[in-house]
Amino acid sequence: MKQFIIFVKKEFYHILRDPKTLIIIIGLPIIQILTFGFALTNEVKNSKIAILNPTIDETTTKIVDRLEASRFFEIEKSINSPNDLDAAFKSGKIRMAVVFQNNFQSNLLHNKKADIQLITDASDPNIATMVSNYATAIINDAQTELNPNYQMPYQINIATRLFYNPQQIGAYSFVPGIMAMVLLLISTMMTSLAIVREKELGSMELLLASPMKPLVLILSKVVPYLIISLFNWLMIVILSVWLMEVPINGSFLLLFLVSLVFIVASLALGLFISSITDSQQVAMMISLMGMLLPTLILSGFMFPIENMPLPLQVVSNIVPSKWYYSIVKDIMIKGLGINAIWKETLVLVGMTLFFIAVSLKKFKIRIS
Amino acid sequence: MRTILFLLEKEFAQIFRNKAILRLIFIMPIVQLIMLPLAADYEVKNINCSIIDHDHSPYSRRLIGQIEASTYFKLVDYQQNIEGAMPKLEKDKSDIILEIPQNFEKDLIKEEKATLLIAVNAVNGVKGNLGAAYASGIIRTFNQNIRMDWMTFPKMNPIPEIRISSIPWYNKMMSYKIFMVPGILVILVTMVGSFLSSLNIVHEKEAGTIEQINVTPIRKHHFILGKLIPFWILGIVVLGLGLIVSYIIYGIVPVGSLFLLFSFAAVYLIGTLGLGLLISNYADTQQQAMFFSFLLMMVFILLGGLYTPIESMPEWAKVITKFNPAAYFIEVIRMIVLKGSGLKDILPHFFAIGCFAVVFNLLAIWSYRKQI
Amino acid sequence: MNLAIEVNELTKKFGDFVAVDHISFSVKKGEIFGFLGANGAGKTTAMKMLIGISIPTSGNATVAGFDLNRYPDKIKQNIGYMSQKFSLYEDLNIIENIRFYGGIYGLSRKEIAEKSEKLLEKLDLQSVSKSLVSSLPLGWKQKLSFSIAMIHEPSIIFLDEPTGGVDPITRRQFWDLIYEASENGTTVFVTTHYMDEAEYCERVSIMVDGKIAALNTPKQLKQDFKAASMDEVFYQLARGAKRSDH
Repeated sequence: MKQFIIFVKKEFYHILRDPKTLIIIIGLPIIQILTFGFALTNEVKNSKIAILNPTIDETTTKIVDRLEASRFFEIEKSINSPNDLDAAFKSGKIRMAVVFQNNFQSNLLHNKKADIQLITDASDPNIATMVSNYATAIINDAQTELNPNYQMPYQINIATRLFYNPQQIGAYSFVPGIMAMVLLLISTMMTSLAIVREKELGSMELLLASPMKPLVLILSKVVPYLIISLFNWLMIVILSVWLMEVPINGSFLLLFLVSLVFIVASLALGLFISSITDSQQVAMMISLMGMLLPTLILSGFMFPIENMPLPLQVVSNIVPSKWYYSIVKDIMIKGLGINAIWKETLVLVGMTLFFIAVSLKKFKIRIS
Repeated sequence: MRTILFLLEKEFAQIFRNKAILRLIFIMPIVQLIMLPLAADYEVKNINCSIIDHDHSPYSRRLIGQIEASTYFKLVDYQQNIEGAMPKLEKDKSDIILEIPQNFEKDLIKEEKATLLIAVNAVNGVKGNLGAAYASGIIRTFNQNIRMDWMTFPKMNPIPEIRISSIPWYNKMMSYKIFMVPGILVILVTMVGSFLSSLNIVHEKEAGTIEQINVTPIRKHHFILGKLIPFWILGIVVLGLGLIVSYIIYGIVPVGSLFLLFSFAAVYLIGTLGLGLLISNYADTQQQAMFFSFLLMMVFILLGGLYTPIESMPEWAKVITKFNPAAYFIEVIRMIVLKGSGLKDILPHFFAIGCFAVVFNLLAIWSYRKQI
Repeated sequence: MNLAIEVNELTKKFGDFVAVDHISFSVKKGEIFGFLGANGAGKTTAMKMLIGISIPTSGNATVAGFDLNRYPDKIKQNIGYMSQKFSLYEDLNIIENIRFYGGIYGLSRKEIAEKSEKLLEKLDLQSVSKSLVSSLPLGWKQKLSFSIAMIHEPSIIFLDEPTGGVDPITRRQFWDLIYEASENGTTVFVTTHYMDEAEYCERVSIMVDGKIAALNTPKQLKQDFKAASMDEVFYQLARGAKRSDH
């Protein structure tokens, strides 16, 4: 035990002697949670649109006014001809063009029918869908207003109720996601590098030659990073609750314990990476280039996992952050208890055991 | 100039010698490019829907049938009351609950008015909202059909109707993959460019070989060029491979000029490589270089418009994106590949990226010290 | 002038700490000059200034006929340097290392080919010329390092603890290389921890606390300090040091 403490201390000295790294490790989650918590949103606002209106009349003016008044759209006035559209889309000047047919109002009055085309830049299909949906809704509203006395017969109304996140706050989904991703990547990178670095410098041999058991040795390397990660976790939670007003509807203690499990799993993953390579560069490439995009995309907070092709759904199961993301949402946002999350927690525990077992085996092979 | 040739020879010998790194440089981006766009898909299908039918009328059954028939929904559950349906919503097993009240049919026919209830699981923001929107669409169609059934009399005086048609350009199938592939490719090229080059120099620092270089009469800009060119070539090769892969797997053929795309990439890579060198000049260990690159990559990705539109960001975040080289390239590659934009369209981007390239490299040369 | 190095009041400060404190000395052409001192005495810092990778706080020096403050790059073309930290590329093979360093010193491909040939023959490394440097034993690496530092036939070679960690036989062989270089007219400037190696030098300076405490031939030094060996001379001087690891 005394040896263990000495080793932990030594590890801490290493960390504290390198303030640049320490600042980055601690500053990084804070910057990220702030930036992304506030800046990321799927909402579409202020999209630039063009209006092509060959015959300006009362109806079209009304519709255009309504479009202009909405916070979704900004009208780009310089485009007035269908021939300009392609160029305007290509230079990214506009997202959508609202094209009225000729003699819109007289058609509407006499033929009872008039056409509007919504031409969208579908190179971003999501935004295209959203802007055309918003515009459709606005135009429909305008139409109702134009015929105030006309009541539709046999009308089905739809009452929509939102559960768990009634204000549709983006942070509720992004905060748990970023928490999962940042904790996973930082913990993994820190441990894998710390160990591979010793291997590269040759001091690992020295340590392995000491009378300490490999398990104790590895634990002593991991403990300091566990403490740093817990500190990071605490910062993220405090910022999320105070600044982003993300609630902790469930038990804080439970959240803490599960986070501890997740951090240990991430550290174990780092350990595993360090056991399969001897070079810092390879360890870094695996833990940054290899893991950054997959954890971002496969943990489920950007893209729903059920949507993915089956093989990828299977692959997503080996991403630890996927499980943790689901747990954090359950506890923080939905306020659920242990009953809802024990399965996910068990998966994380299983992963941890697997990584540790494999790494220990690899280290032992090295010694003998 | 001759010196640079020797530097290049050495860098390439080192790169090709290290099989582990080489494999990672080429295989990792390709695998990710093949897999990730399949996962990064906002086209929402399989929205899980629970149904509570208090009415049990022909109409309610007809509505349920129509929801069932749609490709968007998967009916997961029939329940007697809302209490029974909530646990599934809680567990994310269902995304929306449709509740049909008692006397739905009767009210609709007698009172000409009825109300349906949709409960949305808003934690799964995108899915829940789209689900509610799709359900509303189905209900509207259903509503119109009912109306048709009852208003069989000839429409002597129909209400004026504005017909709205939505016409997507450039991506007629509205495929999200076509949108994501070029963006992901940019991120992968950026990682090869900035991240590898910064690690490389810091590695020489740690190994002590940089000191040996510093006592030679080699000129600063020669040394930096010797480091830039190999990774510049790697970046271009990864971009080329990526385009080939996206053609083979996703059938994406750039609409615009490949020459323009590669010209832009060439300048972009010079900029990101300069940034990588700049990082390496200030980092003492590979660990520092990596953590800093990690921070930068996160900013590049999340504030680069890869997933979420830049125009919806708050003003301060928009300002940051102006200083994010990746944001320019992500926009440009989508413009050229999907829309066929020309030089005139991307001129502002070209100018911005050119400035980055010049500034980063000047800073890199200036901050690289042969002497302490 | 028959001087290879002439140092005049050279000083390096790091904040308040004076690592090198107004040292002055000169080294004759073709001489083997031993630069001794305990750890932390300032010898590595002094050497780094002379090879142009550390800028002096004050003072000046002339190295290989060039003013240190004005023409550091001219100096670099005319000196060789081998550091205590082994600094060839471990992931390149022997030939590639030779070609690289030859190339950046401006040798032509033909010259490089000839030199590699000779060098490999002299060190008896032909059979492993295509092996990665990382696979060589330390002693070989060091001899290779030295030969590569000499590839552009510099007029002065700086050696920073070149024989750290190698066995006595290899050390002996290494000194044969040094003597040979010296006979060919190269000035050798060497720092070392081994006092027996100090005896091989023509003149020796001993640094204590950033200053040069003694400078003379080993024979004369022993006489002055009434010592039987250089070891004793060094001990007498280093004992008075305020800053040292010992």
